[in-house]
Amino acid sequence: MSLAEKYPQEIEKILAKYPPEHKRSAVMALLYMAMREEGYITKADKADIANMLDMTTTEISAIIGFYTLYHDEKAGQYRLQVCTDIGCALRGADQYLAELSEKLNVKPGETTADGLVTLEEVKCLAACDKAPMFQVQSGKGIKYHEEMTVDATLELIEELRKDAKEAK
Amino acid sequence: MFYMLLRHRDIENLNQIDTFLKEDGFEGFKKALKMDTTDVTNEVKEAGLRGRGGAGFPAGVKWSFMDNNNWPHYVVANADESEPGTFKDREIMESNPFQFLEGLAIASYAVGANAAYIYLRGEFWEVAHFLDEKIEEMEKAGFLGDNIQGTDYSLNIYTHLGAGAYICGEETALLESMEGKRGQPRVRPPFPPSQGLYDKPTVVNNVETLTSVPYIINKGADGYRKFGTEKSPGTKIFSLSGNVNKPGNYELPLGSTFRELIFEHGGGIPDGKSIKAIMPAGASSSMVVANDEALDTQLTYEDVPNVGGDLGSASVIVVDDSISLDWLINKTMDFFHHESCGKCTPCREGSYWMKKLTERIHSGEGTEEDVALLKDVATQVRGKTLCALGEFSTMAVVTSIERFPEDFAK
Repeated sequence: MSLAEKYPQEIEKILAKYPPEHKRSAVMALLYMAMREEGYITKADKADIANMLDMTTTEISAIIGFYTLYHDEKAGQYRLQVCTDIGCALRGADQYLAELSEKLNVKPGETTADGLVTLEEVKCLAACDKAPMFQVQSGKGIKYHEEMTVDATLELIEELRKDAKEAK
Repeated sequence: MFYMLLRHRDIENLNQIDTFLKEDGFEGFKKALKMDTTDVTNEVKEAGLRGRGGAGFPAGVKWSFMDNNNWPHYVVANADESEPGTFKDREIMESNPFQFLEGLAIASYAVGANAAYIYLRGEFWEVAHFLDEKIEEMEKAGFLGDNIQGTDYSLNIYTHLGAGAYICGEETALLESMEGKRGQPRVRPPFPPSQGLYDKPTVVNNVETLTSVPYIINKGADGYRKFGTEKSPGTKIFSLSGNVNKPGNYELPLGSTFRELIFEHGGGIPDGKSIKAIMPAGASSSMVVANDEALDTQLTYEDVPNVGGDLGSASVIVVDDSISLDWLINKTMDFFHHESCGKCTPCREGSYWMKKLTERIHSGEGTEEDVALLKDVATQVRGKTLCALGEFSTMAVVTSIERFPEDFAK
């Protein structure tokens, strides 16, 4: 089913934010929508969005490639994105990530064997006073987790694992 | 401590509309609606409110540049907050959202905009959804929508989520992004007040700037100028981070000193270490030598340049004496290389080479020539790019090498 068939009312509401002759502005919101179920944007979604907004699929791909929060490849169900930028690094984020990486047995960029978590290293998330911190991105959205320890992170991952099992 | 912006720290549940209304909420907007639009702009001009996103451009002057021969007009709140070290706008939007929305409404009224957008960085997903609720509550209370408070003025506010790109904090890149394109800066002029969103006159203001506006309208320019200095009036939120005991946001009158911020409010440097350097404006900063002269310098737009820095967005990153700056500039270059949008060759290629060189120097394999080459590349990027990102990427690099040569003499 296409996005237009799945979420007609929501799409209408998004389009209503912008002047009708500038509906292309809705592309960012629609790309998030496309990631909702599988966590990434499929070829069919790209064509679907291009069609709705009178754009080409090449333009859609160029936008996906430009912004870091859009993904067109499958990864773990949750992307655990650890900030290691200056503010966080000065407060121990590099060591935190190294330790977490060892405990999870995955390097940044890799996914846990059960496909649950992809560990990622990202740039500043505007929470420099609450390092170490990370955000969890999934199809459902993005959530911040601040002032974290490795143990607290592992507990959180266990909870996500339970949620994922229950959802199945 | 007096709070003009972080009022939620004194008033519980200020992000609930009932509480906000009891605490003089929307009084500034109501007052503005009875004023002539040019008078509203003039009040903000006279208050001397300067853009809090980093550039420090006078907000009222920006509003007065709007082209009145070209309609419709737009106001866009810049909530992209991406400068490493800055985390103030998020606190405002989460905890004092209505004052921000009120400021946005007053700005929109002043420039005759009937639609305003809030461009939030994609990571602020939860904040955006929270603001959507607050906008709806404001509409129900009769402060948004058609014929607001019985006047013929109408306004709708919409949120727009970005998707992870530092460059979109630059106002023309932000507008490109809002138009559904890659966020790459435009050639200026024309500036947004002549041709902005959809080529229409547009004011782009930072969240903190807009949140200051209701106070100005309520108390007048004179009331606002009771805080701060002649050239830097008002209060400012300082995001304090790095090697400091109590990192966080501190709202202080402009004109407070680095020493007050870092030692009095921030509790000083942890683990018995000493302060070595200060980055007063996040990753885009020059590296300021933290000597007594610098520490006693007033935090204003006019004073920070005297010690070789800029106030910028006032995201003060503290660096202690255990940190070697070759490591730190490798971090900043990693950031700028990642965030360069690729439009201008000097920035795209320059950041690539500066990253490579800082990596080599930090790994201990660099030579004296590498340090000289790094400085040379940085100098060549300057003044050759459409937006400030290219320039920003060189600030910490050049000043660290110049002011802390011992960190590069290994």
